Amino acid sequence: MTESTKTKKQKPPVEESLLTCGHRACAGCGEALGAKLVMDAAGPNTIVATSTGCLEVFSTAFPQTAWRMPWIHSLFENSAAVAAGIEAALRNKGKHDINVIAQGGDGGTADIGLGCLSGLLERNQNVLYVCYDNEAYMNTGVQRSGLTPYNARTSTSPSGTESFGNQHQKKNLLGICAAHNIPYAATATVAYPQDLMMKVKKALKIPGAKFLQVHVPCPLGWIHKSELTIEVAKLAVSTGLFPIVEMQYNKVTRTRKIGKDRRPVEDYLKLQGRFKHLFTDTAKDELEKVRQIAQANIEYFGLE
Amino acid sequence: MKMMIEGSMGVAYMVMRCRPNVIAAYPITPQTHIVEDLSQFKADGELSGEFINVESEFGAASVVLGAQAAGARAYSATTSQGLLLMGEVLFNMAGMRLPVVITVANRAISAPISIWNDHSDAMVMRDSGWIMLFAEDNQEAADMHPQAYKIGENPEIMLPVMINMDGFILTHAVETVDIPSQKEVDEFLPPYKPEEYLNVENPLTFGNLAEPQWYMETRYKLQETQEDAKALIEKIADEYKGKFGRYHGGLIDTYRMDDAERVFVAMGSIIGTLKDVVDDLRARGEKVGILKIRSFRPFPKEKIREVCGHVKELLVLEKAISFGLGGVLQEELRSTFYGQKHQPKVLGFVLGLGGRDIPPKSLIKLYEVSKGKEISNEFVDLRPEVAPKGSLVTL
Ligand SMILES: Cc1ncc(C[n+]2csc(CCOP(=O)(O)OP(=O)(O)O)c2C)c(N)n1
Ligand code: SF4
Ligand SMILES: [Mg+2]
Repeated sequence: MTESTKTKKQKPPVEESLLTCGHRACAGCGEALGAKLVMDAAGPNTIVATSTGCLEVFSTAFPQTAWRMPWIHSLFENSAAVAAGIEAALRNKGKHDINVIAQGGDGGTADIGLGCLSGLLERNQNVLYVCYDNEAYMNTGVQRSGLTPYNARTSTSPSGTESFGNQHQKKNLLGICAAHNIPYAATATVAYPQDLMMKVKKALKIPGAKFLQVHVPCPLGWIHKSELTIEVAKLAVSTGLFPIVEMQYNKVTRTRKIGKDRRPVEDYLKLQGRFKHLFTDTAKDELEKVRQIAQANIEYFGLE
Repeated sequence: MKMMIEGSMGVAYMVMRCRPNVIAAYPITPQTHIVEDLSQFKADGELSGEFINVESEFGAASVVLGAQAAGARAYSATTSQGLLLMGEVLFNMAGMRLPVVITVANRAISAPISIWNDHSDAMVMRDSGWIMLFAEDNQEAADMHPQAYKIGENPEIMLPVMINMDGFILTHAVETVDIPSQKEVDEFLPPYKPEEYLNVENPLTFGNLAEPQWYMETRYKLQETQEDAKALIEKIADEYKGKFGRYHGGLIDTYRMDDAERVFVAMGSIIGTLKDVVDDLRARGEKVGILKIRSFRPFPKEKIREVCGHVKELLVLEKAISFGLGGVLQEELRSTFYGQKHQPKVLGFVLGLGGRDIPPKSLIKLYEVSKGKEISNEFVDLRPEVAPKGSLVTL
């Protein structure tokens, strides 16, 4: 920092985060922001297991680490099971007051790690699982995942003369998790940090298995300007494409209404290069399908 | 206390005596009885550790990894397809230096699916960084467990240990097994107190990304530690003998080898059969003995050379094959003596795959007909319609 800016020496706005600065995430990374908020909401009395993915790679290049809490990374698809082992160890040693968080990307959670996650939820072990949903395998160069939205372009679901991008629906991960009849399953977004942090705190107070899916834009993969992360995340909610809801024992208990803030899906899509191919004459029907997905979400959860 | 029990139950008792904090396992024949017995101990309130039911062997291995990283003593058991499914996690545990112990009830690998014994499963994991021990009988399999924890948890070692016992042949055989008291095992095996583990008072990062300027050093250290473990495996076997009066060998064991000119080399339960065969051959005046490989990783090259000074021929019998090369153990033996002053001839035999019976008469025959021959990868007791011309021993 140069001295020419004649501002008064300011106090840091918050004390140092548990996921501290200096790591290697891209500018505007929604996942880095989401994880920081989750960690600070959970507090230092927490042990964390993380799947392979951007989050792990950008934060732990040896001999450095950005984590100021006990943290482990094992593999791409096992953070839920590793956390289950940690929880069992703590329980057996009579340490009942320590939070255990498992976390991973959408790929590590909804695709390759779904078996381990299901096991954890079935056993209802006292662990909070957090999925940072940036809607593709970012760490390996933006390949599609089971949570990539319909018609999004990724490196393995490119658009072309015969395709409008990803031809599969986004998996209903919240529904899958909630169907294990766990005490708490919810979605959140970096667009609304207080809501996200409140949910983490609330979840950690509930004994048993909890699940939280956090929508985290990825400027690199979604191809949007890095300063638009929050705006893009807000639009995902106000278009109805990413509903913000809470569920307890497989029943919806609370939703974030959109009401008169509702925006057309185009407002969300047009900010992102991954949907650019939808704004052509030939893509009209496909754009309509995305509208229908938003409408279905809004009706299903009663977000109007 | 001496009990007439299945090999699996002997293992289950000894695992319980080791006081694991967390057990996670998934059923697969012929490992099932071990985890069923442990589940029963838990249900009866005898086992103080947590028993975690999981959705797969991959999950089981990951649960025990997490538990061990959190400072617990952890245990699992599996075999064959289950061991393969654990594979990614096993390498990870060794890299993270987590001294988990697992029992492998050795079984063949599919396809074709076979639930019967051989060592193909273990061989797949030979480069995982794990310490790999092979038990000869049920008493040894049981006794290996406290030894394994004590080896792996040594602060200078910190490596996971795999105890191999032949599926069905040992796991399902009922024999007398002497199970020491809890107090005796506690005196031998202290509680697990790692220097570094996941805890909120001293937050550490486990499982970092290692870029090219660091990764190789982790591999060097692993190799170095495997070498260091050699002395400890011997020391702990001696300690065990001092405490319990039982000795099954250190890195290796020998049988009637003092003046032996031809020596069988093998691992696992076949050693028992070989002892009878050697007694028979000795009675006929043959100078024959047995070299039992108890520790396959680390591989005891020095120890083997030490005991083979007078040996002319090694007859390596193995229940696994590395396709495109041949028997793994015979190649290890050849490399053990390569460039040495004294080089016994190494004859290699593959037998007992997928549970094919290994009758003493076949072993005696191969001993007799192999004299003076150069032999590599000779399959023993193949069906005649498949056996190549000139096979030494066929069904
Ligand atoms: C078994 C296995 N398969 C594939 C990979 C390669 N891989 C590493 S991270 C990753 C994608 C991660 O995607 P996601 O979970 O969505 O996390 P993100 O990087 O997007 O945050 C892949 C495919 C791996 N490490 N392990
Ligand atoms: S690629 Fe995306 S998820 Fe990965 S660090 Fe960059 S912005 Fe974050
Ligand atoms: Mg992702």
